[in-house]
Amino acid sequence: MNLILVPLIPLLGALLPPLVARSGRDTAMAGTLAVTLTSLVLLLVEAPAVYRGETVLAGTAWVPEIGLSFRFFADGLGLFFATMILAIGALIIVYARYYLSRQDSIGRFYAYLLLFQGAMVGIVLSDNILLMLIFWELTSLSSFLLIGFWSHAAAGRQGARMALVVTGGGGLLLTAGMLVLGHVGGSYELSVLLTKGEVIKASPLYPLILTLVLAGAFTKSAQFPFHFWLPHAMAAPTPVSAYLHSATMVKAGVFLLARLWPVLAGTELWVAIVAPVGLVTMLVGAWIALFKDDLKAILAYSTVSHLGLMVMLLGFGTPYAAVACVFHILNHATFKAALFMAAGIVDHEAGTRDIRRLGGLAKLMPVTAVLAGIASASMAGLPPLNGFLSKEMMLEAAASGPLGGLGWLIPVGATLAALVSVAYSVRLAVGTFAGPARHDYPHHPHDPGAGMWLPVALLVGLVVAIGLMPALIAGPIVARTAQAVIGGAPLPYYSLSLWHGLTPALFMSVAAVAGGLVAFRGHALLARWRAPWPRPEAKALFDTAVAATVFAARWFTRRANVESLPRTIAIVTVSVLIVALWAFARGEHGAGARAMMPVHLVALVAWAALIAASAVVVLKHGNRLLTLILTSVVGLIVSLAFIQFSAPDLALTQISVEVVSTILLLLALNLLPKTTPPEMETRRKVRDGAIAVAAGVGVAALALAILTRDFTTISDYHIAQSKPGGGGTNVVNVILVDFRGFDTFGEIIVLGIAALAIFALLDTALRGPAARRLDAMRQGLESAEAHPLILVVATRALLPLAFTVGVFIFLRGHNQPGGGFIAGLVVAIAYIMQYMASGYAWSHQRARFDAHTLVGAGVVIAGLTGLGSLLFGRPFLTSSFGYFHIPLIGEVELATAMAFDTGVFLAVVGTVLLALAQISRIEARAERSPVPEGPADIRLPRERDAATAKRED
Amino acid sequence: MEVLVASGIGLLTAVGVYLVLRRQTFPVVIGTVFLSYAVNLFLFATGRLTVNRPPIYASGASGYADPLPQALVLTAIVISFGMTALVVVLALRGFLETGSDSVEGDPAGPADGGDDATVTTDQARP
Repeated sequence: MNLILVPLIPLLGALLPPLVARSGRDTAMAGTLAVTLTSLVLLLVEAPAVYRGETVLAGTAWVPEIGLSFRFFADGLGLFFATMILAIGALIIVYARYYLSRQDSIGRFYAYLLLFQGAMVGIVLSDNILLMLIFWELTSLSSFLLIGFWSHAAAGRQGARMALVVTGGGGLLLTAGMLVLGHVGGSYELSVLLTKGEVIKASPLYPLILTLVLAGAFTKSAQFPFHFWLPHAMAAPTPVSAYLHSATMVKAGVFLLARLWPVLAGTELWVAIVAPVGLVTMLVGAWIALFKDDLKAILAYSTVSHLGLMVMLLGFGTPYAAVACVFHILNHATFKAALFMAAGIVDHEAGTRDIRRLGGLAKLMPVTAVLAGIASASMAGLPPLNGFLSKEMMLEAAASGPLGGLGWLIPVGATLAALVSVAYSVRLAVGTFAGPARHDYPHHPHDPGAGMWLPVALLVGLVVAIGLMPALIAGPIVARTAQAVIGGAPLPYYSLSLWHGLTPALFMSVAAVAGGLVAFRGHALLARWRAPWPRPEAKALFDTAVAATVFAARWFTRRANVESLPRTIAIVTVSVLIVALWAFARGEHGAGARAMMPVHLVALVAWAALIAASAVVVLKHGNRLLTLILTSVVGLIVSLAFIQFSAPDLALTQISVEVVSTILLLLALNLLPKTTPPEMETRRKVRDGAIAVAAGVGVAALALAILTRDFTTISDYHIAQSKPGGGGTNVVNVILVDFRGFDTFGEIIVLGIAALAIFALLDTALRGPAARRLDAMRQGLESAEAHPLILVVATRALLPLAFTVGVFIFLRGHNQPGGGFIAGLVVAIAYIMQYMASGYAWSHQRARFDAHTLVGAGVVIAGLTGLGSLLFGRPFLTSSFGYFHIPLIGEVELATAMAFDTGVFLAVVGTVLLALAQISRIEARAERSPVPEGPADIRLPRERDAATAKRED
Repeated sequence: MEVLVASGIGLLTAVGVYLVLRRQTFPVVIGTVFLSYAVNLFLFATGRLTVNRPPIYASGASGYADPLPQALVLTAIVISFGMTALVVVLALRGFLETGSDSVEGDPAGPADGGDDATVTTDQARP
């Protein structure tokens, strides 16, 4: 079970650094390091089992219907990658503490880093490929955050965006590929899929799967022609480059190819695509690296080149090449992360990483120079370092490459790439550290504190140790990991040692080193030779593509003219009508069989009133006040209909909502124009009228068809269980707070969000052009009788009464019509009356509760009530109730649903108050003179006393 | 009775649709109110019409109105209030910000600049 925690601890631990960052950067580092090391220890606990040849499985089902499970597994490959990610992560955490400056928010940085770390570990340990996709996307997102960490720098933002577009786009293709793969393989569990290689390779969908999966892997691992994002991602802080862009994230694509090697590799198609792509990437990356002047750019393109090398090795499809690949992944992670950190040190200390302004640093920063020199030598593939060993194996694999007709291309290309990589490695080391010390560095370089060079030293120590004693240190790891890559097949013969005899690889190696030194010597000549070459600038192409997309979107928007609301709504309505007509024409229909109810006079009168009100609204909607009044008439008729048809709760709700929304619309109308300019175009009126009539007739016909047919309902259960199961006789209320409580919970959250949106819209209206317009509006408003005396007195007298009614309605709600929604509306109305009668300032000053708090408290109370049932081992929102005997009062029923309904009540009160009080606040701004505090003409004696008393306090 | 209810729902829909097709904000807001009435009644009507049988559990009752649509509509009414409030505030803010309460937009299409500013500013900076 520990295995689940390995990815989860960093993911959850990401919350920690921002919290502890206030206590200082060392604390933040210690906390972050503790998280990573805990995870690492839990992982290594599993190592003995894995090295006994077992596969450790842990997890549980998640959404079995779609094949998604929360299952992890560790075999040699997963363990190898996860260890590498966590171990290098720990070094990076220490390094970053000293690299980032005081101005950088280190808590945020560590949070992103842990998020990335958890996601990355999740990828390599996931058993379920859908789960792996989730982590895959998470790495894209967290790397976006990390690359753009210095969000004030345009390069950082652009680099982050480009990386996200490329890797995120690849992630989408990979998602498609994984879905097809799981479909063909019959399972989404890797542990099952890995045994289904033959089935999948024989499937007609195999080319599709391969293409999609490769698209995901190649974009993530920056393979040609998607390699362009990686150098731009170097705008990230150097710890990020060292971690994501050398040791971990870019290897996710390589990992994926290795992971799926038993499933997908070995076919002609695989070899024909993967090996050449890897070779080309290797060559292109190395070639560009040779001509870059920025240290990090050199390392970035070198990384591209080495990733190409790994992909090419996997592309050969032979077990020997797979072993070489695994070994190189390990070696590359050590020397490249070390080099990135060294480049960061140089940048940090010398103030530049431009190789033309550097040189001669060896005397000034000897420790860094030695470390970087060794790592560079390993990158160049010089003995006796680990880079030499895996390069040798790569050349060996290339020499015996499987490509038939063009067989000579691979060894020649591989040797050439090795040659160039010798040249740029030497240039990197010599250009930075060799030669006489200069006097024009931007800073005064010297070796940094141990916190910065110790992580580098640890990695360089590994570089040397693996180089000298490969079989002892790396032997078991390589064997176990490679075994996991190649699946059930036996490991090929290989030997991890410096001397293999006079093999073809040795000659190729010697040629590469010699040629590389020549190329380094002739670098200026080469650069001049290369200068006139056409060089497609990927960033420009990318920007052009983005701009073209924006242009196309704008063209479409302009053509569709979706800015016009009437037109949009007309299009939507007509489309719905057409679809409905089409469906209607194809179906069978006839009159319903249900007996209709007789019409009585009151209903007929109400119906006539509805028609009259609607007609006037349509004809006279220019007069907005009249429209508003008639709308509330219609609302009243609707609530009458609810009463008539046995829905007392609805009638109560409708009528209180009617009051609230009429007040709201009146307040808004106070500031909006009072009339709508009449429309002159008859054509437009006729067109809209036709659409409206068609929609109305359609809905009426549909309603009639439903009303005249019998039906079966699931409500019998609710009615039967209402009293015994929910403890209330008002079935509607029991459904709201119990049976469908989760819906209600969602609904009050929606209400709260609406209230917050209203607050946001109006709060900011008190600044900028809106505020100026409000000020200009003053002359239009009369506030002479802002607070009519009768209204003031009446509303104040009514307030306690209204509260009592509200409480009454709330308490009876479980058994009789009423409940939290209605009570909330009633109480809100009572409050709003105070605002209307006595003004915003007066009421706001006396409000005991902040409306925001009410909304929040409502949602929290409802949620906690739901969670409460979890404590008793029941599902979320299970209600319980009991009868209690209280002396003097008697038998009282208490249900947890009451607490839930209290949450509903508070949320409704808060929402209504927030909305209306905000409008009043805007209104107060627009009023003519500063509004007198409360009714200016009278002051109740008691209140005056209270005011003086308060002042004396 | 069913005919009256059905025609009433149809009428409310028609008025609502006609009003939301207007050019100014306020009629559109009123139109959404009418559409809310229509939708709520329609939803309610899926429980069929029942007279004098409120869904309040009682031992001697001969039958009940369907409580489920009622529960749905009850929250729908409150949510429609939230929506109306949001829309009218949106209209108000738009009017205060621009001095116009038209919802028709510029017939020539969206003005240039604006939303693509993020793209261009990035490019403008070296």
